[in-house]
Amino acid sequence: MALLEVKDLDVGFDTPDGEVKAVNKLNFSIEPGDALAIVGESGSGKTQAVMSMMGLLADNGHVSGQALFKGEDLLKMSTAELNKHRGREIAMIFQDPMTSLNPYLRIEKQMIEVVRHHQGLNKAEAREHAVEMLRAVRIPDPERRMRQYPHEFSGGMQQRVMVAMGLLCEPDLLIADEPTTALDVTVQAQITHLMNALRQKSNTAIILITHDLGVVAGLCDRVLVMYAGEAVECGSVEQIYYEPKHPYTQGLLKSVPRLDQPLVREMHAIPGNPPNLLALPEGCKFRDRCPHAFAACKEEPPMQQGEDGHIFRCFLGLST
Amino acid sequence: MTKRADQPVIDPFEAALSVRDVKGRSPWEDAWNRLLKNRAAVYSAYIMAFIFMLVVLGPMLISWEPDFTDWDHTYSPPSLQSGHWFGTDAVGRDILVRTLEGGRISLMVGLVATIVSLLIGVSYGAIAGYFGGAADRIMMRVVDIIYALPFMFFLILLMVVFGRHILLIFIAIGAVNWLDMARIVRGQTLSLKNAEFIEAAKACGVSDWAIIRRHIIPNLMGVVIVYVTLTIPQVILIESFLSFLGLGVQEPMSSWGALVSDGAQDMESAPWMLIVPALFLTVTLYCFNYIGDGLRDALDPKDRP
Amino acid sequence: MIRDSGMARHSLRRLLGLLPTLLMLITVAFFLIRIAPGGPFDSERVLSAEVEANLEAKYHLDEPLIQQYFRYLGQIVVLDFGPSFQYQDWTVNELIAQSFPVSFTIGVLAMVLAFVMGTMLGIASALKQNTRVDYSLMGFAMLGISVPNFVIAPILILLLAVYAGWLPAGGWDWGFASMVLPVVTLALPVTAYIARLTRGSMIEVLHSNFIRTARAKGLPESLVIRRHALRPALLPVISFLGPATAGMISGSVVIERIFSVPGMGSYFIQGALNRDYTLVMGIVIVYGVLILVLNFLVDLIYAWLNPKIRYDEKS
Repeated sequence: MALLEVKDLDVGFDTPDGEVKAVNKLNFSIEPGDALAIVGESGSGKTQAVMSMMGLLADNGHVSGQALFKGEDLLKMSTAELNKHRGREIAMIFQDPMTSLNPYLRIEKQMIEVVRHHQGLNKAEAREHAVEMLRAVRIPDPERRMRQYPHEFSGGMQQRVMVAMGLLCEPDLLIADEPTTALDVTVQAQITHLMNALRQKSNTAIILITHDLGVVAGLCDRVLVMYAGEAVECGSVEQIYYEPKHPYTQGLLKSVPRLDQPLVREMHAIPGNPPNLLALPEGCKFRDRCPHAFAACKEEPPMQQGEDGHIFRCFLGLST
Repeated sequence: MTKRADQPVIDPFEAALSVRDVKGRSPWEDAWNRLLKNRAAVYSAYIMAFIFMLVVLGPMLISWEPDFTDWDHTYSPPSLQSGHWFGTDAVGRDILVRTLEGGRISLMVGLVATIVSLLIGVSYGAIAGYFGGAADRIMMRVVDIIYALPFMFFLILLMVVFGRHILLIFIAIGAVNWLDMARIVRGQTLSLKNAEFIEAAKACGVSDWAIIRRHIIPNLMGVVIVYVTLTIPQVILIESFLSFLGLGVQEPMSSWGALVSDGAQDMESAPWMLIVPALFLTVTLYCFNYIGDGLRDALDPKDRP
Repeated sequence: MIRDSGMARHSLRRLLGLLPTLLMLITVAFFLIRIAPGGPFDSERVLSAEVEANLEAKYHLDEPLIQQYFRYLGQIVVLDFGPSFQYQDWTVNELIAQSFPVSFTIGVLAMVLAFVMGTMLGIASALKQNTRVDYSLMGFAMLGISVPNFVIAPILILLLAVYAGWLPAGGWDWGFASMVLPVVTLALPVTAYIARLTRGSMIEVLHSNFIRTARAKGLPESLVIRRHALRPALLPVISFLGPATAGMISGSVVIERIFSVPGMGSYFIQGALNRDYTLVMGIVIVYGVLILVLNFLVDLIYAWLNPKIRYDEKS
């Protein structure tokens, strides 16, 4: 059984200007130990999809569809039921560690409350466990550091604390929402390396949400590309990087400056802007910016199946 | 200009842009819309307008003079026959007309003292914010010190020292109440001074005066409007406190505070003497507070108290 | 935390920083009351010029003002507030000793009541944001801010004392019944303000990223609120306690008059009207010290609750 199966996920928000459709009919699945990257620009819906599964949507948000975690639908659960999974089997770390940690509580308190609540350990045991975890994420002098407050840590270390906190209960799934976006490049590498190591050790599945294709390659096996709330392409890292089939993915890859190629006078950019989520166009949402768009793109493109589970939502290459 | 490789895509896109453009909205429009949606604020505005009209026009339309003593009807309860719709006081003066006249004084004090407070507060805050550094620190320290002191004591001392002239009341209350305004204006000035769009304007060669006119003043106006609206009820309240203690406006002038004070004494036998002015005072304060709140929410939704 | 010498030094510095405030308070009050036309002996029976001159000499009122000022400062340092001009048989120290406990008790009880009730109502409103509970609670809060206490007080007296007879209409006998109305009426506007403040603050905190993290950790909502949200939400309220006290002291002047409570507020007004310099000054100083001590305590508490401030010497 798949660890997580997302079916036809729809997320919308009620605003005074109308309904903002953030996620449209999203489908994907994760097996135990998988590492999936969800890639897209701001507004592609990647964060909201995951927030809806974790029950962290804003008050004006609504969600439909299914998110089956070990067979149980997360979307239908009450907060109390969801709390049995959150923090324990599914952990999430966020983009900005500085504001994601409680500045008024010591790290120790924030960490041990997770294990104490979910696993019923007493204070001493929980403390030991937390210290071990801090050591595992390479925080020096963990016993002393535990007694400190978040603002006494650097950004990179804060994120490592978040990772440690997330892994305390040895979750089956770790969701990382742009964990390195707010950090320096060198720290980025450390965090990615860390997540990789931990994944190898405990076979934790990872969903990595990012807009940075460079980070993806180092950590993940599969990539899901999202645009305007929809999945436009999904495949293994090799398939996406070397044989991208969807024009958006192709555009994304071309936009990444490369060290191994001669300098070009102009950097490639995908022209135009993402569509207004209040008024999504009919048919293919990318057609206004697509260099290969043609008449048929006014209809909703089908999800084509390539080899080996490589799928993409496009009309191109279809033998009509 | 070199032709870009994806020019075939850009051209139709540009054409499409003009069709699918979303109409822009200025922040003022946004704020106005938000304000209008705040029912409490809107109703309050209507009620205030009504009270204002009553207070200004009422005494002219009602047949009774405020100092006319109707000896046949002293302490009489509200009745339609006696012509005193809201009753009379100890010497037979009509409560309604006294209340409305008192309203003129209360509202006038509210307005003028607020203006005094506005002038002091805005200048103080703008100077502190604009100059920054040590001057700012010292000036704000002074504000902190004064903030911690009970205003009532100084007001009482001032009233006692200088007598109960109405002009003095305006100034005294205004002088005691400018602190919030100063703080807010200083904060706004500071953030404006360092705002990137001001830097950008300067970099584009916009003159200082134009910057002040076009960028700084409109951005200050928002907070100033909010705090003016919130200061008015505070000031009216302070004046009513003073009047209650016998240190406010002198007879024959009266304000709502003084009327309530008088009314409270005869509360058991003639409750209307208390209720009518108390009602006007309370409703006015209530409405101003709601309008001020509404303005604050409308102009900066993140800034709720 | 108190063992932390940085904290102790910080506190000492703050304490010393309050002295200028006190000095300014004393100076302003001193010169203000002296500027007032008339003197302490005017209202008494007409005195012969000789007697008046003697009296003035006795109380040093014939000396230059500056000299009187420094003489007074010297007296204060040894806590001698001098004799009362108005109540000729009493010293100011005695009068204050009599009236201070009353005012202090009312004030403390009202403050505690306002804080407890205010925060509870504010939190309840925040948790049930935009429901009927929220609207009605905040409506009441608005009433508490808008209705002056000298309007509420007579109404309450009318209802609870005159009609129902449950409570006395005034006076003070240290019995519980006589305390209820003055304390409640004094606390009302502050309670209302604290309720609104708490509500806004709690709502804002509940939208923070770290609350999102706490929820993502699977903690029950009650724990999230108690352990993670409460402390930061209350910080603005704690800060407000300083000005709240000042406001309450202001209000107490009126309350003491309405309920005929023999506290310092009443003496103050009488003293001001009768140009009883020493009495007025004595009361101003007592209140001033009180406010400063309270602000200092509030600062300490705030620093204790907010670790970011504790380590920030530069603030």
